[in-house]
Amino acid sequence: MSDASKTIVLEARGITKRFPGVLANDRVDLTLHKGEILALLGENGAGKSTLMNMLYGLYHPDEGEIWIKGEKVALKNPRDAIDRGIGMVHQHFQLVPVMTVAENVMLGSEVTRGAGYLDVREAERQVRKLSQQYGLEVDPTAVVEDLPVGTQQRVEIIKALYRHADVLILDEPTAVLTPQEAQELFRIMRDLTNQGVSIIFITHKLKEVLAVSDRIGVLRAGQYVGTADPKTATEASLAEMMVGRKVILQVEKAPAQPGEAVLQVKSLYVKDDRGQTAVAGIDLTVHAGEILGIAGVQGNGQRELVEALTGIRPIEEGQVTIAGQDSTHFTPRKNTELGVAHIPEDREKHGLVMAYSLADNMVLNNYYQKPYASGIVMHNDAIYAHGVQLVEQFDVRTPSVMTPASNLSGGNKQKVIVAREFSRPTKLLIAAQPTRGIDVGSIEFIHKQIVAQRDEGVAVLLVSAELDEVLGLADRVAVMFDGRIVKTLPITEATRERVGLLMAGSEA
Amino acid sequence: MMNPEIESSPGNGRFLSTLQQIWRSISVPLTAVLLAALIGAILLIASGASPLEAYAALFKGSFGNAQAIGRTLEKATPLIFSGLAVAFAFKAGLFNIGAQGQLLFGAIVAAFLGFSIEGLPAIIHAPLALIGGAAAGALYGAIPGALRTYTGAHEVITTIMLNYIAINITDYLADGPWKDMTPGNIVARTPKILPSAEIPYIGNVPVGFILSVLAAVVVWWLLWHTTIGYEIRTVGLNSHAAHYAGMRVAWTVILTMALSGLLAGLGGAVETQGVVGRYQPGFNIALGFDGITIALLGKTHPFGVIPAALLVGAMKAGSSQMQFSAGVAKEITDVIQALILFFVAADVIVRWIIRMRASDGDQVTFSSNWGQS
Repeated sequence: MSDASKTIVLEARGITKRFPGVLANDRVDLTLHKGEILALLGENGAGKSTLMNMLYGLYHPDEGEIWIKGEKVALKNPRDAIDRGIGMVHQHFQLVPVMTVAENVMLGSEVTRGAGYLDVREAERQVRKLSQQYGLEVDPTAVVEDLPVGTQQRVEIIKALYRHADVLILDEPTAVLTPQEAQELFRIMRDLTNQGVSIIFITHKLKEVLAVSDRIGVLRAGQYVGTADPKTATEASLAEMMVGRKVILQVEKAPAQPGEAVLQVKSLYVKDDRGQTAVAGIDLTVHAGEILGIAGVQGNGQRELVEALTGIRPIEEGQVTIAGQDSTHFTPRKNTELGVAHIPEDREKHGLVMAYSLADNMVLNNYYQKPYASGIVMHNDAIYAHGVQLVEQFDVRTPSVMTPASNLSGGNKQKVIVAREFSRPTKLLIAAQPTRGIDVGSIEFIHKQIVAQRDEGVAVLLVSAELDEVLGLADRVAVMFDGRIVKTLPITEATRERVGLLMAGSEA
Repeated sequence: MMNPEIESSPGNGRFLSTLQQIWRSISVPLTAVLLAALIGAILLIASGASPLEAYAALFKGSFGNAQAIGRTLEKATPLIFSGLAVAFAFKAGLFNIGAQGQLLFGAIVAAFLGFSIEGLPAIIHAPLALIGGAAAGALYGAIPGALRTYTGAHEVITTIMLNYIAINITDYLADGPWKDMTPGNIVARTPKILPSAEIPYIGNVPVGFILSVLAAVVVWWLLWHTTIGYEIRTVGLNSHAAHYAGMRVAWTVILTMALSGLLAGLGGAVETQGVVGRYQPGFNIALGFDGITIALLGKTHPFGVIPAALLVGAMKAGSSQMQFSAGVAKEITDVIQALILFFVAADVIVRWIIRMRASDGDQVTFSSNWGQS
């Protein structure tokens, strides 16, 4: 594909946007050609979302121009952008869960007949037509809340196409998808571009960028630092552009020195929220000084396993022993006191209280212990000092420890959790998706910290949907499928191909 | 989610930003009060009265002299308690509409202990009746907490229903077993409490008012300087995180409702022992419901509750004077009070008027915390 010969559908020229105390976009230039996939890469806080929100009419640039299809525009609101053919699929879907697909799609531009009679049939017909035209398989009569995440995303795309979008902005679309769903999305993206739709694809997953995009634009600290060609770029070169320095994607670590067994799990059964058996008879052992990585497609019981081991979810059957103690029916507090550290899968739901300051968040599970409290009296000065020390030690980028957690970027939020969990004496670390959706710099930092814990003799159970993360960190790899561990391999035998097959449920 | 600034623990050297935060917190309630007064003025003009004259009389009746101030403090006292009760429950994400019922039980139990136990010195009798009233409120508040925990019944629904039960039980007691049997009495009311159970005045200042301010300080201390308060706030802001962190969420919900009920019950007891002198149905009727207005106007902060209660108390205290000297119906103060509640709840309108953008962390409390399950 030669870019120069193609028509430019969207162009940003010298866009600058300031927020109080932050220069979010600094004279950014960006061009999007017809029928291409432009990946926009950048760390959290690099200004990707700000830029996209301006192209979508949600923010207004302080300086600079936006051109759409050869015409200079001033977008007052998203309606303006939609009218000019721009569609945006947000990271958090804007769907009404209890409505059907067709109802969601027509919401805001309803099909009516006569005196306002809602013509759902016609909407369903149009959705069906769009889904056939672009290969977006979805049942227009299905209720949205019953659909898997990947399908809900398709509904969002159809919503944009229904409004005649020919420029699609996808904001971190793969963050919520399983690898299979992501592959399916990439196929859809190619189908769309083949039919003349142009796509801006925001992400920080380097592999995906290389796999799917036609051109790569990189933002760093509000500036457009350059364009890369996916044919010649490498993960390392892209990471360096994003972060501004060389990044070690592969953590260097010495071979494990496993000691005694710290976590022992015997024929464990756990139910999920709907009462279905999610963990169906798991046995596993993690030794001091080793990392056992659990690989598997999301939704195969990993979450339930972690929640059961940490005491958040009740155990139906089986036995869990931690550091020689039967902890099968321990509460989260007892487990914490036993020396279990837990990096939860969902940092905003479980890991942090958004309105609390960092200092308060950093004592979330030991606030009642000395020196933070004596009896019921809390010592806010000690909590403050503890926060200051951890922010420094774990390189949390924040204006102050009194800043509410909600103000931090994803990577820094995760560092707050890591700091808290690593600041206690620990025997067992359970890390679930420890680097999901965060920037490369923070990933590198957190990986190093996990390996450092292992080297100090902590037993580590790492659960991750990112196969690369498991293969990069683990000393042994257990593959989980359908609530069971299908195989446990030493890292030397765990090749991508073999583990990949096991993840799909076939015995390798 | 309402006040990130207040959710944070205090530290050193942030005095200026604290001032800014205080301004941010009070600007909306203040504007709401001014708007309500403005609309009240329009109503006054429409009814042929002079708003200036009416408001001047209202002010004179509430702050004009030592007696007037005493009356304002007296009216504000139960409102501080019920406002604290509602605000306290808010911190755990609970909407306690039942302060009214808890207050009624506090009032009648304090009355019972006040008239039935003889021969105690005041130093024991008055506190005993207060504690009895507080305990009654706490027990009655714990019921919706337990229902919420063990059956999932939402506290907004259960507390509303429990209010009716409380009204009817207290009516029955005051007209039945605990009825004042003084010859000639035909109304439903308990006997007068003994002088030893009365809460006195220091000059014009009711001791009950001092107790209410102390209660606000204790609530503030409990919420921001104890592990219990930390647990309550964590449960209110993110119960999943509270569970993850090893807190007993169910217990915290029950405890919060019980303590909220305790505050309301204390308000009822103080009213009985300090003002009414007995329990009489109808005498305490709006005090618990007013607590909702007070809590919202006070931004659900214990120290915000005090000025909010003083304002509403002043309107109650001054309304008679306004009727005498300006010839305005007392009810205009109820209208103004309702308007204040309306504008506080309709945060967005007020923010728009004072050109202040709602930030994520500073949403209107009315809608942000209750309704979560």
